[in-house]
Amino acid sequence: MLVPLEHVIALSAVIFGIGVVGAVTRRNLIVILMSIELMLNAVNLALVGFSRAWANPVGQVFVLMVITVAAAEVAVGLGIVLSLFRNRDSVDIEEVSLLKW
Amino acid sequence: MSTAALLFYLFAAMTIVASLGMVLNTRNTVASALSLVVAMISLGAIYVLLDAYLVAAIQIVVYAGAIVVLFLFVVMLLNLRMDVFPAARSRLPKLLGIAASGWGLWMFLRLLPGSLPAISPAPEGFGGFRALGTELFTRYVVPFEATSLLLLAAIVGAVILAKRRID
Repeated sequence: MLVPLEHVIALSAVIFGIGVVGAVTRRNLIVILMSIELMLNAVNLALVGFSRAWANPVGQVFVLMVITVAAAEVAVGLGIVLSLFRNRDSVDIEEVSLLKW
Repeated sequence: MSTAALLFYLFAAMTIVASLGMVLNTRNTVASALSLVVAMISLGAIYVLLDAYLVAAIQIVVYAGAIVVLFLFVVMLLNLRMDVFPAARSRLPKLLGIAASGWGLWMFLRLLPGSLPAISPAPEGFGGFRALGTELFTRYVVPFEATSLLLLAAIVGAVILAKRRID
């Protein structure tokens, strides 16, 4: 087999970490949504790796579900970004602090 | 080292560089979206190396094809070429967030070696349409139909949210 499973999971963890840093530090709402997509992709990579290691296709069925959820999330999220931009004329996350303490 | 392992490390490096480019590029949102495409396509190549052929195809079609195009559409619709914002009120929560996620990642990577089983050879037809379709349409048919409901709800929600006025 090509690489140890540890390397696949480590790559998945590193991508997830990059996604977390992007979601925490960036202020552009669209880039935050992209970082969330990156985190979902890292989870998909871990699922595919485990599915391959145990030769069990159920992990890949899960990946299909995650991809569907990601597509739905992006559609709704970008709709929110659009209506927010119409109201505030900005995609800065600091402008949207109504529900923040 | 075999060719497949070399390709895996090559695409892993490409994925990490592209996602870092997406997160660290603070000037141009379009460039961030294009870095996201590169990361998605390299992940698709890694799926092929892990014998997940159907998932790799769907990754390219849905992520690189549909989702990133949606991002680019919105970026260009809002005419956001640069995203320069006024100075932030406080940097402390962000620094704490980076520190916490870095610490979590470090602990995870330290505990990882030697804790997972070796990868066994894949059976015939693993990751193809037949293997996944059988699971999807027999044992997991209810979650599969639930995702179609979810997509319907997302379509309705996106249309209502993006409409100019709700009458």
